[in-house]
Amino acid sequence: MSKLQIEKTRCKGCGYCIEVCPKKALSFSGEISDQGYDTVKVDDALCIQCGACYRVCPDYVFEII
Amino acid sequence: MAEVRLPKRIMNSGGWCQGCGHGVVVRLIAEVLDELGVADKAIAVEDVACGSMSMSGVLNCDAIMAAHGRPIPVANGAKGARPDSIVYAHLGDGSAYSIGSAELVHTALRGDNMTVIVVNNTVYGMTGGQMAPTTLPAEKTASSPKGKDADRYGVLNVVDLIGKLNATYIARGEIYDVASTAKTKAMIKKAFQNQIDNKGFSLVEVLAPCPTNLHMTPVQCKEFVHTEATKFFPLGEFVDK
Repeated sequence: MSKLQIEKTRCKGCGYCIEVCPKKALSFSGEISDQGYDTVKVDDALCIQCGACYRVCPDYVFEII
Repeated sequence: MAEVRLPKRIMNSGGWCQGCGHGVVVRLIAEVLDELGVADKAIAVEDVACGSMSMSGVLNCDAIMAAHGRPIPVANGAKGARPDSIVYAHLGDGSAYSIGSAELVHTALRGDNMTVIVVNNTVYGMTGGQMAPTTLPAEKTASSPKGKDADRYGVLNVVDLIGKLNATYIARGEIYDVASTAKTKAMIKKAFQNQIDNKGFSLVEVLAPCPTNLHMTPVQCKEFVHTEATKFFPLGEFVDK
């Protein structure tokens, strides 16, 4: 079973993925990265691995593996 | 569900600002180069501006950095010296339509065989958000703090500038959501395919957000580009020979 992988060190917290997620599975985690950005987290129970977040992310945070 | 992996040519995320559209455009280029099987012989010609950050450990591809506004003639020279390479110029709207407009016009006039990817975010990004020819009427920038006077300065649409010259393909896309990003990728793919088929000059403009210089949150800026910029820069394929 594939799963959404999040590379948090790359995330800049723009929120595009949260806007585009059809299942509202993504949200801000409150964890601040080394660069000072609020990073995203996924609720695996809601995620359907559609890849929408991958397609809009400018910082290559997501992969489905 | 099928696996979704980043193109092998993408090594890391870039140093772009939060919400910058360049990252998506570079990923689309990397995907297209992989799909067409030309990544090994691709040469990127970058502008001295935000787009050039794809050279700093992001896209694993041969690259040249041209002087500001001059990626198009440098790419033209690279293509002339290495005709078997797939050469593309990746630059911004200020570079392509203002500083490098003479080079753009004459390359399109000659119909030289190359691919140009222009990221239009309606401002000069790297230099601090000054007004560009593509800045929208009444849009506030660092050098038009009361809003752009469009009667005085105009708004430049690239299709009006080079649409009747000898370009093979001119298209404009956006990266607002999944569907529009997929359409933009298809445009970029066609622009590269034209070069492989020796068909001539192809230009794809991508409307992209610049939240830092437009002083908006990334999501607000993306919405602004989608609703306001598309009024002056309609999407679609304008020249397709």
